[in-house]
Amino acid sequence: MTDATTVRTYRDYGQPLWRRILLTRETGIIAALAAVFAVSAASVPNFASELTLQYLLLDTAAILLIALPMTMVIVTGEIDLSVASVVGLSSVLVGVLYQGGVPMALAALIAVAAGAVAGAFNGFLVTVVGLPSLAVTIGTLALYRGLAVGLLGTTAVTDFPDGWRDAATGTIPGTPIPWVIVVFGVLAVAFGLLLHFTPFGRGVFAIGLSDSAAAFSGIRVGRTKLILFVLTGTVSAFAGIYFTLRYGSARGDNATGLELAVIAAVLLGGVSIFGGRGALHGVIAGVLLIGTLSSALRLANVTSDVINIITGTLLIASVVSPSVTAWVRNRWARRGRSAAVSQP
Amino acid sequence: MKSPLMKRGGMAVAALAGMALALTACSSSDGESSDPSGSAGAAGAESGDYSITFLPKNLGNAYFDTSDAGGEEAIEEFGGTYAEVGPAEAAPDAQVSYINTLAQQGVGAVAVSANDPEAICDALNEARDAGTKVVTFDSDTNPECRDLFINQATADGIAKVQVDMIAEQIGDAGQIAILSASANATNQNAWIETMEQLLADEHPDIELVDVVYGDDDDQTSFDKTAALLQTYPDLKGIVSPTTVGIAAAARYISTSDAKGQVAVTGLGTPNQMREYVEDGTVTAFALWNPADLGYLAAYAAKALIDGDITGAEGDSFEAGKLGEYTVDADGTVLLGDPYVFDADNIGDFDF
Repeated sequence: MTDATTVRTYRDYGQPLWRRILLTRETGIIAALAAVFAVSAASVPNFASELTLQYLLLDTAAILLIALPMTMVIVTGEIDLSVASVVGLSSVLVGVLYQGGVPMALAALIAVAAGAVAGAFNGFLVTVVGLPSLAVTIGTLALYRGLAVGLLGTTAVTDFPDGWRDAATGTIPGTPIPWVIVVFGVLAVAFGLLLHFTPFGRGVFAIGLSDSAAAFSGIRVGRTKLILFVLTGTVSAFAGIYFTLRYGSARGDNATGLELAVIAAVLLGGVSIFGGRGALHGVIAGVLLIGTLSSALRLANVTSDVINIITGTLLIASVVSPSVTAWVRNRWARRGRSAAVSQP
Repeated sequence: MKSPLMKRGGMAVAALAGMALALTACSSSDGESSDPSGSAGAAGAESGDYSITFLPKNLGNAYFDTSDAGGEEAIEEFGGTYAEVGPAEAAPDAQVSYINTLAQQGVGAVAVSANDPEAICDALNEARDAGTKVVTFDSDTNPECRDLFINQATADGIAKVQVDMIAEQIGDAGQIAILSASANATNQNAWIETMEQLLADEHPDIELVDVVYGDDDDQTSFDKTAALLQTYPDLKGIVSPTTVGIAAAARYISTSDAKGQVAVTGLGTPNQMREYVEDGTVTAFALWNPADLGYLAAYAAKALIDGDITGAEGDSFEAGKLGEYTVDADGTVLLGDPYVFDADNIGDFDF
C-alpha cells in the first residue's frame, strides 16, 4: 500500500512540466467554462452579446470579490459562513451613515473598517479562543445579520449619489467590462501573488495539510488564520458597498444566502473543503462557470428551480469526481500489482 | 495522486456542464415551453406582439401562482404569449437578472411584483429603454421605474372592509380587540389608525379595548389571543389585519369555549382559513382576489403595448370580464374593493 502511493507520487512528479500545468482540475474547470460559453453562444438566442457579458460580470462581481479571501480561508481548512452577513452589515452601515449626513467616501471607509473588525472578531474566536470556525461563523452569520436588520429595521436607504452609483454599475467606455471588475482584477493579482508566490501563501497550504506540522515548521498558524479572517471581513464589506450601490438600496437583508454561492463556487473551482489544495484561477473560473451557466439557462427560459438543480448537480459532480476517479484508479493499480506479483 | 485523474475530474465537469446546456437548449427549442425569446426578438416593441412575462417575488408561492394564473387567463383571451419567470427566493436583488434577461429577449411587457422598490429600478428602466412595457402589481417600485402599478387595495378600503365585517358579526355593539403584526409594521399601523377613526365616527357602540401584537409569529399570536380572552371576558370580537394573526386567533378560538361567542375576522388567505370557516369559527374575512389582480395586470400590459394608454392619469382601458378601468394619479390602477371570503365562495379559491 505504502509502496503504491510512493510509486505513484514519483510518477506524478515525473510528468513533464506542460502536463503538470495542463492536466489539472483548474484547467478542467476553465475548459468547462469555455465549453459552456461556446455552446451558449451558438445555441441560446441573445446570449452572444456584449450585454450578456456586462450583466454576467455585474451579477457575479460580489461573489468574485469574496471568493478571493474565502479561497485562502478554505485552503487553511477553515470556513467563513458570515461573509454574506458582513455584506449586509456594511450595506446598512453605508446607508445609515450616508443618510445621517456623513460624506459617502467616509461612510464607505467606516463600513470597510467595520468589516475588518467583524472579520477580526471571527478570527479572534477561532484562533485565540480556539473554537471551530464552522460554529463561530454560524454564530456571527446570525449576529452580523441581526445587527444589520436591527440598525435599519424593515426600511431601506436609497438615493445614493449618482457619481458613486455610476462607478459601481458603469463600464470602461467602449467595452462591456464594469469598473468593479478592474478593482477585482487588481485584487485578484494581489491575492494570487500572496497565495501562490509568497512564504505566507506556502504557509496557508501547509496549515491546510496539517496545523501541527505547520506549527512545528515555524509557521505562525494562529496569526495567519487571523489575518485571513480579517481579509475576508474587509473584502466582504467592500463587496457590500458595491452591492448597495449596484442596486441603489441599503437593506438589512441584502445578499442573504450569498455565502453559499461563494463557497459553492470556491469548491467547484477545485479547492478542497478539507484544506491544503486549490488555486485562485480555478476559483475565478468556478464563479464564472456558475454565473455563465445560470445566465445562459435564464436566456433559454429555464426556470429557477431547474437552474438550481443543474448547478447543484454540477457542484456535486465536481466534488465527487476526483474521489471516484481516484477509487477507480486505486482498483486498477491494485489489480495491476496483484498481476505483477503472480507473474514470477 | 495528481494530474491524469484530476484531468478526468475536470473533464467530467466540462462534459456535464455541456450536457446540461445541450439538454436545455433542446428542451427550449421543443416549443413546449413558453418562448417569448427568439421569435419575438426585436419585434417586442411593435404593437400587436403580446408576449407578456410575469415576474413574481418568487416562484412556488401559492399567492403568485394564483395571480399569475389570472394573468395567463387574460393573455389567452386576447391571444398573447404568457410566460412566468422568477427567482427561487424573494431576495431584494434576485429579480434584477431576470429583468435583464427579459430586456435582452425583447418581450412586449413584464408584469412584476417588486421585492424591493429601488433595487430593480435601473434594470426596469433599461428594459423600458429597450421597448418593454413595465407593469407592477401587488408591490410597487418607485413610480419613475414603471409604466403602471396595479394596486390591489387602498388603505382606506382595507380598513373599511374590516370594520364593516366586525360590526356586522357582533351586531354593531360590544368590545373588540385588534391582533396586529409587529408594533412597527407600517401597513398595519396605517390601517389600524383608519379603523380607529371609522369606529369612532360610525360605530359609537363598539369599544376597541386593546391592540396587541403577535409579531407575525404563529405561536406569539396564538398566546396573545389567549391573553386577550382572559383579560377581557366580555370580548365580542377580534380583528386581525394580518394573515398570520387571523389564522392563529381562529385556531385558538376554534378549540376554546369562546367558539361561537367571539367573532374573528380580518385579512386572511382562503387556504389558511378554510377549516375555520367550515367549522363555523369564522364567518367572513377579507383580502383581494389575486387572480383578478393578475388578470387586470395582463390587460393593462396589453393596453400599453397597443399604445392605447401611456400610464398618464385619466387614461382608461378595457379589462375583459372586469370591465373598464381608469388610471389614477401616479400611474396607479386600483383593482377595487377588497374581496370578502365566506362559506359560500371559499371553495373557489386555492391560495
